Amino acid sequence: MLSDGQGRLAALLISPTMVVLLLTVGIPILLSVREAFFRENEGIDPQTGILQGGEQFVGLNNFTAIFAGLNDVTGNYGTMDRFINAFINTSLFTIVCIAIETVLGVLMALIMSKAFRGRGFVRAGILVPWAIPTIVSALMWRLIFDEAGIMNRLLGQQVLWLADNPYSFWAVVLADVWKTAPFIGLLVLAGLQTIPADVYEAAKVDGATAWRTFWRITLPMVKPTLVVAVLFRTLDTLRMFDLPYGMIGPAKYSVETLSMFAYEEANQTRYGPAAAYSIVLFLYIVLIAYLFVRLLGADVVGDEESKALKEQRRRKKERARLAGTRPGKQRTSITSGGMP
Amino acid sequence: MSTTAERVGAEAPTGRHTTAEEIAQLNKPRQSTGQRLGRIASYVGMALIVIYCVLPFYWMIVSSLRTPDEGRSTELLPSPASLENFVGVFTGNNNFMVSLGNSLIVSSVTTLLTLLFGIIASYALARLRFRFKGIILAVIIATSMFPGITLIIPLLKMFTGTYEWFPVNWMNTYQALVLPSLSFAMPLCVWNLTAFFRQLPVELEQAAMVDGCTPGQAFRRIILPLAAPGVFTTAIITFIAVWNEFIIALTFGRDQDMQTATVSISKFTGQYGYDTPYGTIMAAGVVVTVPLLIAVLIFQRRIVAGLTAGGVK
Amino acid sequence: MALGRQPRRVAAAALSSGVLLALAACGGGGGGGGGEEAAPGGGASAPGTDPAYEQRGPITMVQGKDTSGNVQNMIDMWNADHPDEQVTLIELSDEADQQRNQMIQNAETQGSEYTILSMDVVWTAEFAANQYVDALPKDKVDLTGFLQPTIDSVTYFDQLYGIPTTSDGGLLYYRSDWLEQAGVEVPTTYDEMKAACETVKAEVPEAEGADCYGGQHQKYEGLTVNISEAVDGAGGHITDDSGAPTANTPEAVAGLTWMRDAFADGTIPQAALTWTEEEGRQAFQDSKLVFHRNWPYVYNLASESDISGKFAVAPLPGLNGPGVSSLGGHNWAISKFAENKGTALDFMIWLAAEEQQKSNALATSQAPTRESLYSDPEVVEAYPYMETLKASIETARPRPKVVNYGDVTLAIQDATYTTLQGNAEPQAAFADLQTKLEGLIQ
Repeated sequence: MLSDGQGRLAALLISPTMVVLLLTVGIPILLSVREAFFRENEGIDPQTGILQGGEQFVGLNNFTAIFAGLNDVTGNYGTMDRFINAFINTSLFTIVCIAIETVLGVLMALIMSKAFRGRGFVRAGILVPWAIPTIVSALMWRLIFDEAGIMNRLLGQQVLWLADNPYSFWAVVLADVWKTAPFIGLLVLAGLQTIPADVYEAAKVDGATAWRTFWRITLPMVKPTLVVAVLFRTLDTLRMFDLPYGMIGPAKYSVETLSMFAYEEANQTRYGPAAAYSIVLFLYIVLIAYLFVRLLGADVVGDEESKALKEQRRRKKERARLAGTRPGKQRTSITSGGMP
Repeated sequence: MSTTAERVGAEAPTGRHTTAEEIAQLNKPRQSTGQRLGRIASYVGMALIVIYCVLPFYWMIVSSLRTPDEGRSTELLPSPASLENFVGVFTGNNNFMVSLGNSLIVSSVTTLLTLLFGIIASYALARLRFRFKGIILAVIIATSMFPGITLIIPLLKMFTGTYEWFPVNWMNTYQALVLPSLSFAMPLCVWNLTAFFRQLPVELEQAAMVDGCTPGQAFRRIILPLAAPGVFTTAIITFIAVWNEFIIALTFGRDQDMQTATVSISKFTGQYGYDTPYGTIMAAGVVVTVPLLIAVLIFQRRIVAGLTAGGVK
Repeated sequence: MALGRQPRRVAAAALSSGVLLALAACGGGGGGGGGEEAAPGGGASAPGTDPAYEQRGPITMVQGKDTSGNVQNMIDMWNADHPDEQVTLIELSDEADQQRNQMIQNAETQGSEYTILSMDVVWTAEFAANQYVDALPKDKVDLTGFLQPTIDSVTYFDQLYGIPTTSDGGLLYYRSDWLEQAGVEVPTTYDEMKAACETVKAEVPEAEGADCYGGQHQKYEGLTVNISEAVDGAGGHITDDSGAPTANTPEAVAGLTWMRDAFADGTIPQAALTWTEEEGRQAFQDSKLVFHRNWPYVYNLASESDISGKFAVAPLPGLNGPGVSSLGGHNWAISKFAENKGTALDFMIWLAAEEQQKSNALATSQAPTRESLYSDPEVVEAYPYMETLKASIETARPRPKVVNYGDVTLAIQDATYTTLQGNAEPQAAFADLQTKLEGLIQ
């Protein structure tokens, strides 16, 4: 067989990549974790005004400081610690942006899949927002949302998008959705095209309405593609930085995300707290990714072999459960009845 | 299609008398109106999508074509139209040509390195059977989940020579721009290519090996040429991702002659202090984006295929 | 003295042997701080006889963008006369925050790439306390004839950490044509200004749709400047002369209350909440404002616009009398880790000479730091506002001189931006600010 006993070759082929990732991700992460437990000394010599300098181990202080209430700010949701405010913003951006993007994206995909001609043209157009560097589009939106800008002229109102208020939040949502909804549309379109035509014909013969067809056939069949697309978009949105930073600016609490807050702390040379916040953000991302995989069955790895193994394990568990054995006895039941 | 439907519809009243045709007549016109409506709706829908995507970009172009002191104007067409902003991008002390060059170097080198490592790794992941494969794939994908900020703070300390075991000052060097970029380009590439390799039929390699090829030869002679489109797509996607990157470039390439294009644009200055030269910034945005757009238009089919396979960014 | 000299000579030797050695010394520090062990005492003792200041050779000068190109001209002049002590200009981003980041990074890595740093007046305490820059040998620097506020702005714990380069003070721009038509005097208090506006808007048809006043009220450093001016203009201070926070006083609250009310009753348009220098200038030039607070740079730009000849400048108004400007400007300082500090100091002194300052003022409209230039006929001819500007700078108040200025200015912006938006009461906002500042300022 082609793929038997090739562990050594595989190790050889994969190790360069793993080494690169170890160097550019692994080591920095370890350093970051270490950093999170230290803090720079802030004492000043009363005679000369010179800082003491150096750093000291502070244990979990950088994490617990989040709840000490020493850094309260007022954002869209009342007065609270700056970290918690940023956490809420990050989560809300993710929920709101992803919800709108998904609906719009699916809509776009449905329209494109119905197209007879000009699909290539639309597809090219759809890639425009994606190809513009985010920081450039942030500046573009800043111009559009200017107090005397085109958006207010079109609306005939004077909305202060670039101040620091709920409108700023929605301005960022709009800009983010603009950039990414077409992207989800593309992915879903690809998923749609894998659905065989006869499935739809069968539905039509059965007299199903378009709405029913969508919910019963289209959506379930694009679900695997959609879930993966949404997962990746979610992870991206949780890290959002360029857009609110470039459009609205730093230290605007109605749009400040965790990435922005950590960046600002690093700017003030408070590397310890900055590292602590970025680690919390990472754990949050991991949690969300885990939930996606567990609850929505996002198939990220997509490897047949791993899938087969997983399926095998699942069946074993299932069988064990059906056998009604208590956890303590599970092992025996698997060994006895595990083999198909 | 449409002409046939219309003709049939027009003929219907004069009709003939065979049952089969009657049925056809009864069916076809109804279908055709529905189809026509559907088609119009889909054209309208597609037009809306294109407008949605392109309209803000239109504003960027219009703003770039104004005179520099009209930067914040809201006229729908530039009056008077002027190319002054584009001249401004390349003259003055914005140093934009150098920045474009830097972007080109950083993006190309990152892309090449990524492909070099990524191709062989993805081949192994797609084709070879070995333990912990699922875990390795998961780890590679997990690395793309790290928030950039988590990586940048320690890398900043590393590259500024803070750590005794890494006594270098890499600030404002190409390696300081390329290496961190690998952290997100690498997973993107491996992920994409693994999907491509999986799509290629295993039988080809088996046949080659029956003919006496070693796995290495089979890879070089059979798989690589077949995977070329996939590799190409991955290259474009990686290139664009690095080209558009901002935080890493902002952190590690701060000197004027080491800035990438995106960083340079964010720091554009006008004729005097306090000036935010929107016109020039938009012109530079157009300059940076248009080559990408042309590439995207030419290769859109492949890019879409690649994005679909990868599902990233 | 004798005790202090020995280690410093060692440090100088380490520095002169280049980056690598300096970095090796840095490794022991374990991150941050920046090389205290290399020169104990640092700026504490008078560095008058520091041998580092005898070294000569090529140096660099680091600042924001040289938009006018004049800095390069002056450097070229110097270079022509000093073939062995060439100066190279390093231009950073134009954003103050990014300049600061880059300079801090250079210092934290003990890099010798930067010699002379163009330091914003609000960075003095931070750069000095972290020992990013040297205390200058007092016997070699003579600042006679400099405006006192500019000298204060570069002094930290009785040590001089640089030479004042340029200064800056706020001015009240007003539509002289409208005021004349309405027969109104130039206001010196906020109430007078408001009354003047009402008369102007009633009397001058063209001014009917205009707003009364606007400054820089977007949430950024400009807000700190404008708020400080309102507070100081009402007789209060956010921090007192010793640097202790005094935000929660009736006078300070009165200053903030005035600006909050001005937003609430439309004296300042709501749109100004998103204004930085440029948006405000644009509005003033578009005849949308009767009064406008801005820096001197606006004068020449406005003179080339539609309102050319229709405006003039006056000192800032205050709550009960003349107002107080926040002090702006830049100072030259010498990076602690630089080489050839002797050349650097000579070059800085040369740049600060009357002749060079004059040519810079004429070329860039930046305010000079030497008093005599404010009455120089040539300068006054180019900038008719010099007298007003001098008054503004002479009475100007520095922004809080604290090590963690970034935190302090953000705290001020946090407290006041919410208030100006109508989401907090001035009294409560400043009570909170006081608590916060007490935690931040040691």
